[in-house]
Amino acid sequence: MKSNPVMILGLTLIAGLLAVAPVRAEEAPANCEVPAYLLTSESKLPKVETAIAGDRRLEILVVGSRSSSIPSSEASAYPGRLQAMLKEALPKVAVNVSVELQVKKTAEEVAGGLVKLVELKKPTLVIWQTGTYDAIRSIDPDDFRAGVEDGVAALQKAGVDVILMNLQYSPRTETMISAPPYLDNMRVVAQQHDIPLFDRFAMMRHWSDAGDFDLSSTSHGPDLAKRVHDCLGRALSKFVIDAAHVNPAQQN
Amino acid sequence: MSSIADQIAGPSASDAAATSAPAITLPAAGERELRLDLFRGLALWLIFIDHLPPNILTWFTIRNYGFSDATEIFIFISGYTAAFVYGRAMLESGFVIATARIMRRVWQIYVAHVFLFTIFLAEISYVATNFNNPLYSEEMGIMDFLKQPDVTIIQALLLRFRPVNMDVLPLYIVLMLFLPVILWLMKWRPDVSLGLSVALYAATWQFDLYLSAYPNGTWFFNPFAWQLLFTFGAWCALGGAVRMSAILSSPITMWICFAYLLAAFFVTLTWHLPQLNFLMPKRLEQWMYPISKTDLDVLRFAHFLALAAITVRFLRKDWPGLKSPWLRPLILCGQHSLEIFCLGVFLAFAGHFVLAEISGGAGLHFLISVVGILIMSGMAWVISWYKNSADKNAKKKGAVGNADMAGGG
Repeated sequence: MKSNPVMILGLTLIAGLLAVAPVRAEEAPANCEVPAYLLTSESKLPKVETAIAGDRRLEILVVGSRSSSIPSSEASAYPGRLQAMLKEALPKVAVNVSVELQVKKTAEEVAGGLVKLVELKKPTLVIWQTGTYDAIRSIDPDDFRAGVEDGVAALQKAGVDVILMNLQYSPRTETMISAPPYLDNMRVVAQQHDIPLFDRFAMMRHWSDAGDFDLSSTSHGPDLAKRVHDCLGRALSKFVIDAAHVNPAQQN
Repeated sequence: MSSIADQIAGPSASDAAATSAPAITLPAAGERELRLDLFRGLALWLIFIDHLPPNILTWFTIRNYGFSDATEIFIFISGYTAAFVYGRAMLESGFVIATARIMRRVWQIYVAHVFLFTIFLAEISYVATNFNNPLYSEEMGIMDFLKQPDVTIIQALLLRFRPVNMDVLPLYIVLMLFLPVILWLMKWRPDVSLGLSVALYAATWQFDLYLSAYPNGTWFFNPFAWQLLFTFGAWCALGGAVRMSAILSSPITMWICFAYLLAAFFVTLTWHLPQLNFLMPKRLEQWMYPISKTDLDVLRFAHFLALAAITVRFLRKDWPGLKSPWLRPLILCGQHSLEIFCLGVFLAFAGHFVLAEISGGAGLHFLISVVGILIMSGMAWVISWYKNSADKNAKKKGAVGNADMAGGG
């Protein structure tokens, strides 16, 4: 084996091109399409499945921070949109989505109060959106993971299904807020506890790359926020239905 | 069997040994290890690309094909060259003089870091005043620290407050601060010093050692862990590489390295193609993740070692390509690493800014990356030209050559 850096370089280039190919193919021009793999999860929502098929009642609780709302137009935020889309997809099921905003709290602080919230609202499914405030405060990623783990474990013990939702993709603050450690740790917790992770970050980045939204816009109006939240709500409803193994056609 | 050793330490390792202290050996002066410059230049380019938002070029950075990334290369080569330059100074001029010169270098890096921080402040202040999208009302909370500029600036000067992507220089400063101690120990017993470094690394994992940051959390690159790579670089520079040559030239090592790199490649493939995730055994996932960058996970360190072993094996010191004009920009960048690193961080800021202001899509993205690399290479060329002509003038006046000029640290 004589040295052959040219060949090694060539192979690297080919590997790079191969890696690029599938990503390019996913880019869809439609206004907010989501790649299929982001809408499915290996992990299941068994309690949601029985709630839909058996009880015909689905109570969802969204626990989130300020990015789960739109200032001064709450109904247009993704939890409200989720409720509308689920009702549309499952007309025979009584769907109710409620929201608990935990503003300016770290995952660890929110985790402590989760069980109380569950006792109060008695949901079948808790969608826990977290990570942003921890990233802003640059909380130690290990502490963050421990916080998310505690919260998820407590929720599972309380007998509800759980979906984790990660951070928003925010190009303007990319050089100021370091999202990757928090994204990685949420993925790890989701894997370890076998719960679905709704990858909001990847979706929003996909929309931004595909040109569906200009997420760097300096506009001060709520229009962009409303459209993004509508798409998030739509994607989230598909995600819940997929993970619950419900075929909407059979429910009608 | 001397070929590999020659590749690593230069042909005159044995001559140098005769004139230096018994414990360590230094390659002959004057002969630059172009491979070090080449790979440090490459690391600088990759760090720049990794600091930009993901684009086509991002697929060419090594972090997509394994566990380790450009940071490992940068820190290792920095340890290597720093030990090479200042180790010689310590042998020739003694501990005090060498320490003084290292401190001067630390000061330069510190000033560079503060300069970058100023640019960051300007950028963040601009965004805070001009960007107020309701979609990101929560993310704008990052601006809260502008309400207390006094505290923030002082914490930044203490290296405790560090914006995103500005973590490498503080790590570098701390490692350089301890370089005199490392070199002094190396002069005494290189292998014992490396052993102490491994022990500190192990203790970091065992007892969770860290440096705290402001307002929360810890240093992104934990110096207690990353010192292992820096010290290992120093150890290689001071004769370790020669002593390892038997291991490095063994085919068993080569195959182990290839196997490990391939395994790492498959694992990283599952990150990019989540459809493949079902192939990963759950047990393995639970044991392996998260792969800590903060504490330089063993998997990352091993990945770097495998890459380095393969590289020194197949890319020979006397490979004529190293002198080719095509690799010249990379080598020049590597030779002026501090300046080019800072420029890269600045250009990454600027690139983010341009991308946010003009939504030009993938084409603009690519253009920004390429222009950035061209600017870095152009600047490296200018610095090199200036230093060469300044050196010539200095020689006419009979001044002594400066080891820093040789790209120290």
